[in-house]
Amino acid sequence: MSFQPIPSPEHYISIDAANPRHAERALSDLRDGFSQWRLALALARLDLRNRYRGSVLGPLWMSLSSLIMLIGLGLLYGALFKINLANYLPHLAVSLIVWQWIAGFINDSCATLTSAEGVIRQMRLPYTLHALRVAFRNALVAAHSLLLIPIIFLIFRQVPGPEALLAIPGLLLICINMVAGGLLLGMICARFRDIPPIVANAVQLAFFVSPILWKPELLGDAMVWMAFNPFYALLETVRGPLLEGGGPLLAWLAAIFYTGVHVVLAGFLFARFRSRIAFWV
Amino acid sequence: MARICAEGLRIEFPLYHFGARSMKKRLLGAASRRVKADAQNRVVISALSDLSFTIESGERVALVGHNGAGKSTLLCTLAGIDEPVGGRLTVEGEIGSLIDPAAGMDILSTGRENIRLRALYRGLNAEQTAALEAEAGAFSGLGEFLDVPIHGYSAGMSIRLAFALATAVQPQILLMDEWFSAGDADFMAKAEVRLEYLIKASEILVIATHDMDVVKRWCNRVIRLEAGRIVGDG
Repeated sequence: MSFQPIPSPEHYISIDAANPRHAERALSDLRDGFSQWRLALALARLDLRNRYRGSVLGPLWMSLSSLIMLIGLGLLYGALFKINLANYLPHLAVSLIVWQWIAGFINDSCATLTSAEGVIRQMRLPYTLHALRVAFRNALVAAHSLLLIPIIFLIFRQVPGPEALLAIPGLLLICINMVAGGLLLGMICARFRDIPPIVANAVQLAFFVSPILWKPELLGDAMVWMAFNPFYALLETVRGPLLEGGGPLLAWLAAIFYTGVHVVLAGFLFARFRSRIAFWV
Repeated sequence: MARICAEGLRIEFPLYHFGARSMKKRLLGAASRRVKADAQNRVVISALSDLSFTIESGERVALVGHNGAGKSTLLCTLAGIDEPVGGRLTVEGEIGSLIDPAAGMDILSTGRENIRLRALYRGLNAEQTAALEAEAGAFSGLGEFLDVPIHGYSAGMSIRLAFALATAVQPQILLMDEWFSAGDADFMAKAEVRLEYLIKASEILVIATHDMDVVKRWCNRVIRLEAGRIVGDG
């Protein structure tokens, strides 16, 4: 029989319960996870393909539903707030689409680890991989709707200046939050199964208290308080560059601060409880 | 050189999501040895306790014992999936696990897509992926079915693909849960030949089994587990 086995990659396991080296092993999990980004991306694409299997429009349904929501909400709230559409719709487009991305991710990330149970219980893989998979999956979905933004901008002749490039670090901040959030929420929701409904409710509330339908200027003097809303800060790092010539400094500082806190918290809990995850799912 | 070394290994499964309060009363009321409360007062199943052993290169180890003795848990621990709560474990060498050959397959993808997916899971490069595709495709004998989603496979066909994928990689340490048996007689014969090759080329074999013929034929050491402890070794 001509059978040539393929050499498999190196493996070395060393676990000492008395000296768990939490931080070191969490870091190597992160490193391994990121080095397998191709697998995470392939799994994310597979998820999308399976979700829209047999559908004619497929993921374009996301763009379509965003568009319908934009038109509907734009006409109604533009009239309610008495703002003309050329002013209101670009704001709504950026806010709503970025928000849908964030909200969709948060709800999805609750199942980061529980939905990967079959793989976690059978294969030794970095947990970071599952967080990347969810982040990629939601980024791919969002990409379909993000395309609407330039179209709306063109229709209303809203051409941003060079400061629009600042939206790139803004998007990057969102992505960092998503990897951290995938691990953090994924772990919390795997351990405590009551958290996902709580999260879903919190996300719904956040939609109304964040300046998505309404413009933050409407708050007048109370606007400084918005810095306490992490969603406002994150939205502003994308919306500011695209619509308002950069966005307020306070929002940027707040966004960086919240991202830092989020990453440290996620990193700490991940390092501390990583070894328990296999028992939680 | 492959080597497995365990010292005072202890594995406990916490029981979450089962309404621990009432269960605790019920389970802990009876004088039980294996279901107990840990330091944080959670109900845990003590799956393995105080295991110490060293497996050197060249050893063919059979794990035997009744259902629930901890054989599969020990395999999962050696594979690096379950982490011990106590003791020390060192595993040196590439691990190949035949614990569940079908793990990580996507039933809505075709056989070929699943082969590529597995290559990604294993971190193979383009050349190795092509080799795996040719190898597993030929061995599974699926022919034109390779481009059909495995959702549409018969049970035997998906097992053939899973087996072909799981055994295409030569590990130093081979972990098996029960001797593989599935497929028709032709495929069984082919699979036996390949398993034999794989086992001979590996440095360490650890197999959990109830089948004494398998033990006699393949193993040179038997570890007998009972209620999570080693009661016999040799």
